[in-house]
Parts: sequence; structure tokens; C-alpha cells
Amino acid sequence: MSAETTLAHAHGAPLTGAEAEAATVKREVRNRWFLLSPAMLIICGIGIMPLAIIIGYSFMEQGNYAGVKWEFTLESWMNLITERDIFDDTLGWNHAHISIMLRSIGLALMTMVTTLIMGFPTAYFITTRPEGQRNFWLFLIALPFFSNLLVRTFSMMLMLRDDGYINNVLLFLGVIDEPMILIYTNTAVAIGLVFTYLPLMVMPLYASMEKLNFNLVEAGYDLYASRFQVLKRVILPSVKPGIIAGCILVFIPAIGAYVTAKILGGGKNLMIGNLIANQFGTSRDWPLGSAISLFMMIVVMIALIVYVRNSLAEQD
Amino acid sequence: MTSKSSANSSSVAIEVQGLIKTFGTGDASVKALDGVSVSIYENEFFTLLGPSGCGKTTLLRMIAGFEHPTSGHVLLGGDHIGHLPPFMRPVNTVFQNYALFPHMTVGENIGFGLEMLGKDKSEIARKVDQTLAMVRMEEYVNRKTSQLSGGQQQRVALARALAPEPRVLLLDEPLSALDLKLRKEMQIELKRMQHETGITFVFVTHDQEEALTMSDRVAVMKDGLIRQIGAPREIYDHPTERFVAHFIGETNFLEGELHDINGSTGMIKLASGSNVPASLPDEAAAGTVTVVVRPEHALLSTSPDNASLTGEVKTIVYFGTDTHYHLELESGDSFVVRMQNQRDSGTDYQEGSKVGITFKDNAVQVLKD
Ligand SMILES: Nc1ncnc2c1ncn2[C@@H]1O[C@H](COP(=O)(O)OP(=O)(O)OP(=O)(O)O)[C@@H](O)[C@H]1O
Ligand SMILES: [Mg+2]
Repeated sequence: MSAETTLAHAHGAPLTGAEAEAATVKREVRNRWFLLSPAMLIICGIGIMPLAIIIGYSFMEQGNYAGVKWEFTLESWMNLITERDIFDDTLGWNHAHISIMLRSIGLALMTMVTTLIMGFPTAYFITTRPEGQRNFWLFLIALPFFSNLLVRTFSMMLMLRDDGYINNVLLFLGVIDEPMILIYTNTAVAIGLVFTYLPLMVMPLYASMEKLNFNLVEAGYDLYASRFQVLKRVILPSVKPGIIAGCILVFIPAIGAYVTAKILGGGKNLMIGNLIANQFGTSRDWPLGSAISLFMMIVVMIALIVYVRNSLAEQD
Repeated sequence: MTSKSSANSSSVAIEVQGLIKTFGTGDASVKALDGVSVSIYENEFFTLLGPSGCGKTTLLRMIAGFEHPTSGHVLLGGDHIGHLPPFMRPVNTVFQNYALFPHMTVGENIGFGLEMLGKDKSEIARKVDQTLAMVRMEEYVNRKTSQLSGGQQQRVALARALAPEPRVLLLDEPLSALDLKLRKEMQIELKRMQHETGITFVFVTHDQEEALTMSDRVAVMKDGLIRQIGAPREIYDHPTERFVAHFIGETNFLEGELHDINGSTGMIKLASGSNVPASLPDEAAAGTVTVVVRPEHALLSTSPDNASLTGEVKTIVYFGTDTHYHLELESGDSFVVRMQNQRDSGTDYQEGSKVGITFKDNAVQVLKD
């Protein structure tokens, strides 16, 4: 190294080896940033910027008609789950918000569990078809996605109405004497959510089941495991990544669902998504809307981190 | 079939009767087994040998319970087990691709069968240790199976199947994924384990050498049928069919006239006119037959006069331990003689020299077909 350096100087070269190396590194760093710039622009533009604006808004005061006043306050964050009494100004729980949040979390969890219970046998069925038929079944599963969510939800409404198909059929069969009240209930919202998000559960489940080596299942049977034990001890651990992915893919959009709750829940059975929409609409409380959005994000993030931590810990 | 076996031939472990298995229906149907009957004895190392697609795996899977017979019976120790699911048969399988549970450690894999049988923890732990010691993998008990080499995975798969002490162990080409050296090692290990445990092994291979070196008895299969069953020596020295003779080892085929039948021996008049004694298969009839002579059961001589056959040396291939002489007989057929090399031999014959061929005792075997 030192011999090289002296040689370079002797020939009047302007750079020592170390300096040349440093320059190369510098150039590489510059190139890397340059090449990354489109991605960075997009991430900043559609990811970080709006998030920053929302975070900012959530700490500002409500504007008179809409928008925000540029004054710092924690009021919106307080208003998440508490409210001041209109008459004596004491702080109390905001029961409306709390029940909406609990309902959202409850409905999302229920949707997740139901889609898992329904999706697992569905995915298993598709996996065990002959190879040539699997794409056909997958296509059927994905078919609803080709139509608009609104259209699908309205069609659910047609089914669930007092004089909808479900009631008509049950009345005709004599199972019930009077129409059941289905529409505008939590049940209606739940049915709608399950219907909407089932494909998002089936797809990742199928993807991981397809990779399952069926020799393992046979090995399980061979070693005296009953069908249930094979499911529990061999199949479930192998398709766990698919289950986790499916649960995440269903839970996150379900907790923020807007259209389903709005149409099938009527005005009564709001979810967080509707609450947020209200703040930016009729209530004209942008800071509160921002705070609720962020709160939801935090809940989802915490749930995800706990989930992933747990499953990683189990793997080791 | 007449066969001697080192096993206690009075007690049959597995018996299959007239087993037929057809996959698919109509034009697309494949007959994987076409009426297989065989008895496999307790404590026997039994090998199914045959070319690809002959139905070895299907037969094994039917004994394990993964496939159900189209017709025929499977008996274990005299009881019908054909209708039982795999988890109710005291039979374990070593899978070709090992099929180790990837989410479990080596120890958990080996203990799985015992756990499913409801054994208590201390017994499982003891048995796992004992089995691991037998396959010499003690230090790997807490490893993930993905962190093992192919040979080690093979041992774990073997230990997993042996730990519940099955009545019968089924092995479907367990060594085919290993390289040659490891393979030879595992062949010896397998033999040793079968000896130590006293469990009946049913071993599938399409490697004839493996079959001959390891087995107490070999069943040679073709097209869904067992063509011949017997001890390795019997199969090799006395093949009864062209296919078996061809599939196992090198063979010379000759035409001849069978006469003077006396029980299981007779005389063969060869094309050269000379008569040689021969061993016969069951139900051999006088007339034109095909006979086989193994290359090492023939001898060359420099004096063609009192030889059984005469011919000309075409090529000589030197193999170190022995030398192969490729001859052309007077009838135009080709014939190979293998002779062991002695310290000071090998110069007696040159390519082009006229030689005589004589047969050792019992060298000529008549085929059924
Ligand atoms: N599940 C199946 N469906 C249809 N045909 C099958 C099935 N399993 C086996 N076969 C057919 O049955 C025949 C016997 O197959 P098998 O797997 O028993 O052969 P093998 O002797 O084990 O061959 P290899 O040495 O290649 O493993 C083959 O022609 C095969 O194509
Ligand atoms: Mg096979």
C-alpha cells in the first residue's frame, strides 16, 4: 500500500490510494441516492407527507367552518374517548366513541375468525384439486373482486332486507313466521364484512397450503396421529405463515371498513371508518378526524407488532 | 416358491393375497398391481426389486395403508388390516424424501409417534435417546431438521420410524438420494439395525446390487407382478425367467434342447452338439429352451477339443480383479466369460485366438420363457 502511494506521488498522480478509494465510495453513495430518488419521492409524496399533515392537524384547533386553526392543543386526543359535559364542563367518558371503537375491533376480529374458519376448508379443497382445476376455483374465489364494492354491498342489502331473498326463502320454507330483522344490525354488517373479505383470507391460505408437502401429512398418519392431530400438529404449523398473512390482510381493512357499515348498518351501527368520515363531513372536526385516524393506525400497529413478535418467538 | 430364509419361517409378519390395484377409470386407468401374493416373515429383511413403474411403491403404500386395494387382502400377523387407516397399523414408513417435520427438532420428530401413541414423557425421552444412540445422532437431539445433511436426515427418518417399535418397517428407496460412499455406509447401518431390533424390514430399491447385498429374500417385480422370489443367491444363480436373469447381473443366453429330465435337473444339448447338465425351473418340459450361464460360471481353455462350446476372442477388458473376455461363438452368438485374475495369468488368450468354453458345476440354468 505505502509503496503504491509513493509510486503514485512520484508520477505526479493527484490522488493517493486511500483518497481514490474514498472518492469511489462517495460517488457510489451519490449514485445510490440518485437512483433511489424516484422511490423516495413517491414514498414521501404519498406516504410520509399526508401522514405528517394528519399528525399536525390532530394537534390543532378545530376551524370555524372546516379545516384547522394553527394553534396547538391536545383537545382532539382528549376527545377520542372522553368528552366535556355541555353544562358543567366536567370530563366524562365519550360513550359513543368508545362503543364505536369497541364495535369496530369486535367486528374486525369476528370477521377475521369467521373468514379463517370458512377460508381454511375452502383453501384445503382447492389445494387438493388436480393441478389443472385449481386456477378455475381460484378464479371463482376472486370473481367478486371484479365488481365494485358498492354494487356488491347493495346486492347484500337486497338479500338481507325484510322482504329480501333470505327472509322470503325462509318464510316460504316455513322456517320462520315473520320476517327476521337482518338489515341495519351488527349481524348484517358482520355478514357483509365476511362476504367482502373472505377472498383475502383464502388467497394467502391457499398459497401456503399449496407449498405443504403432503408427504408430511402421510408421515403424520403413519406415526399414529389421528386426522385431528395431523391437522393440529402437522398442517397448521406448516401453513401458519398463510394464516398470519390472511389474518392481517382481513383485519386491517375490516377495522377501517366504511361502505359496508354505512350501507348495511344504517345510521346506527357505525364503525371507526364512518366516525372518521363524519368528522371530515357533517361534523367539520378535522383535528378529531385526524386523531381518530392516527389512533386506529396505532392500534393496528401495536396489534401487528405483538402478533409478529409472538410468532417469531415461537419459531425459535 | 421354494426358498430358504434366515428368518424364522414359521411366523408370517405380512401376507398379501391376490392384491390388485387400479388407478383411475376407463381408458385412463393404470393397473399398478396385477395380483400380487407374497408372505413376508418375522425378522426378515425383504426386498422388492424392479424397474421404475413396476408397482413397488404401490405395494408398499398398500401395506402402510395409504392406498386401498381394488381387490385382494393385506394381513398382519394373520389379521386382516386392509380396511384400517395408516394410524391404526403397527407399521411405519421411511419415506424416500424423508418427510421430516420441519417445525420440530430432531428429538421431537423421533418422539412424535410415541407421543401420538400416548406414551408418557419419561418413556418418550428414554426411547428417543435410545433410538438416537442407535443411529449415532445423540448430539443432534435439539437441532432443527433443516440444519442436517442428507445422510443425517436419513438417519433421523429411520430413527423416527423405528422409535415406536413397529411390527414392520417399510423403506421406499431410502438410500437413493445419498452419494455412493454414504450409501454403502447406510447399507451396512441398515443391516445392523435390522439385526439389533429384530423388526421385519420391507425394503424397496431398483438397484440390484443393493438388493443382493442386503436382503434375506428378494422379490423381483415387473409390470405389477412378482416374477420370482428367493434368497439373493438363488435369484442370481437360478433365475427362472429371461427378465429376472437380464435384470440382475450380466448373463449369457443360449438356445438348447432339453432332454433326460430328472426332477429339477436335466441335460441340455447345445448348438455345438455337446451335452451339459442343467438346473430346471418348476414344470420344465423337454424341447427347445433358453438357458442362462453367468459369465463367471464359465471357464476358458486353450484346447477347444473337449470344451462344451468353442469360439473366438473378440475383445478383452481388464478390470483389475478380473478380466472380461467377449467371445463370438461358432453359432454367431456372443458370449462373455469373466475370469478372476491370478498373480501370473492373463497372457494365455489374445484377441483373435480360438478358445474352448467349459462350464463349472451347476452353471447352466433353464428358463421358463
Ligand atoms: N396415484 C396414482 N395415480 C395414477 N397412477 C399411479 C398412481 N401411483 C402410481 N401410479 C402408476 O402405477 C404404476 C406403478 O407405480 P409405482 O409408483 O408403484 O412404481 P414404482 O415401482 O415404485 O416405480 P419407481 O421405481 O419409479 O418408484 C406406474 O405406472 C404409475 O404411473
Ligand atoms: Mg416408487
